[in-house]
Amino acid sequence: MSDIPAFHHRSPTTEAPALQWALTGIAVLGLALLVLAPLVAVFAEALADGAGAALRSLANPDARAAIRLTLTIAAISVPLNAVFGIAAAWFITRFDFRGKALLITLIDLPFSVSPVVAGLCIVLMFGSNSLVGGWLVAQGAPVVFALPGIVLATLFVTFPFVARELIPVMIEQGRSEEEAALTLGASGWRVFRTVTLPNIRWALMYGVLLCNARAMGEFGAVAVVSGKIRGQTATMPITIEMLYQEYLSVAAFSLAVVLALLALVTLLLKAGLERRHADQLAATHRP
Amino acid sequence: MHIEIDEISRLFGATAALHPVSLSVPSGALVALLGPSGSGKTTLLRILGGLEFPSSGRVLFDGQDATGLSVQERRAGFVFQSYALFRHMTVSENIAYGLKARPRATRPNPAEISRRVARLLDLIQLPDIGARYPAQLSGGQRQRVALARALAIEPRMLLLDEPFGALDAKVRKELRQGLRDIHDNTGLTTVFVTHDQEEAMELADLVVVMSMGRIEQIGRPQDIRARPATPFVRSFITA
Repeated sequence: MSDIPAFHHRSPTTEAPALQWALTGIAVLGLALLVLAPLVAVFAEALADGAGAALRSLANPDARAAIRLTLTIAAISVPLNAVFGIAAAWFITRFDFRGKALLITLIDLPFSVSPVVAGLCIVLMFGSNSLVGGWLVAQGAPVVFALPGIVLATLFVTFPFVARELIPVMIEQGRSEEEAALTLGASGWRVFRTVTLPNIRWALMYGVLLCNARAMGEFGAVAVVSGKIRGQTATMPITIEMLYQEYLSVAAFSLAVVLALLALVTLLLKAGLERRHADQLAATHRP
Repeated sequence: MHIEIDEISRLFGATAALHPVSLSVPSGALVALLGPSGSGKTTLLRILGGLEFPSSGRVLFDGQDATGLSVQERRAGFVFQSYALFRHMTVSENIAYGLKARPRATRPNPAEISRRVARLLDLIQLPDIGARYPAQLSGGQRQRVALARALAIEPRMLLLDEPFGALDAKVRKELRQGLRDIHDNTGLTTVFVTHDQEEAMELADLVVVMSMGRIEQIGRPQDIRARPATPFVRSFITA
């Protein structure tokens, strides 16, 4: 046997080195061209007239209002959708009922419906020409062209993220740990807090991060319902687009950089949490 | 504790998982529910533990109607088929879970809890594994931890669903004796579910043979061997 050169012993699932390099190269190239290059371009454009110009454009009241509005929307819609998502995933994975498949399809609906259509639906339902909308306007609480409408549109568009992350995890984990906790005397709420939640926390975090990214970045649905009132209902993506249309590219790209940085912060947060809990992740993963 | 099952049935939609069955488990007995999958044995065990409710019939604990008691009120030490240990908690935290879940008035103080956890770890002969996570244990160790966790709540009975199902043959034999010892030391009325007739016959005082949601025969192992009541029992115990 010793006359067989060692380098011929390759596991059946291992590819030839050349192919390995080629595949890695394609992946890296794709990442560089599609993700990294645009990001660099955005930064370069923002800093085209120097850091001072970029910072001055961000100090503009409209830009600051847009940042504040986008953060407000995320702060309202992400927690709400986290709660809705947990409730929906819980309901779907822990109970058997008629129409379950239909409910799962409904949860996915925002993924398949164009955000613009979703925005139009909200305008139709709550616009000042509709019954509900007219009454709300008369009460001095308009939905469309105001914060509530933008939040509703964002909630609709980001609804599936948390539930979609949780459902497969909760199906995989099954009921038995929760049942065990019940037999040990724990109340339903205690079971949720001490068993269910810790088991789904990573999936929940991914869902919340995705939900947050989309909530801050949503354009189509928000564009329809917001009315794009500068300094009032124009979110960051909408303000960026308006500035760009007005050939204010430094201002547009500076705001785009802030939006990109906000996304990066959430990613760093995730990476940091994973690093801090690495031991626990390894120990509690199924063998 | 004496357990009386009085004409219990369970329907899932139109299909009957259990036809009305009756069974009396004497206090302190070690009883096996033996049958193939789909025989209704696990359903019956879950009804005893309060994880499922019967469509009709009653469950009596020491003569008291317990049919409506919630799973928490039953105080049944339940060992699940794949043990269902809390994977994000250490072994000690797993065992202490039921004590910490008690209302403040009856909850032991932290020092007392850790004393009891240590005692239970001694009982299952694994005194040094308290700081480990379930994923770091062997199958046999997990089963014993699940047993300790169930015993920690000072249960009124022990219910075990295929407690040896996930183990290899050698460990299985050892742990059978382990369960027998724990049963004899605690005197707890114990009901376990198995599809392995050898296991049932060797371990139990009383064997309940089930098939298709019905009880085929109830008896001591040697009596069932000597006088199988139905053709099903005869074929199942010789299989």
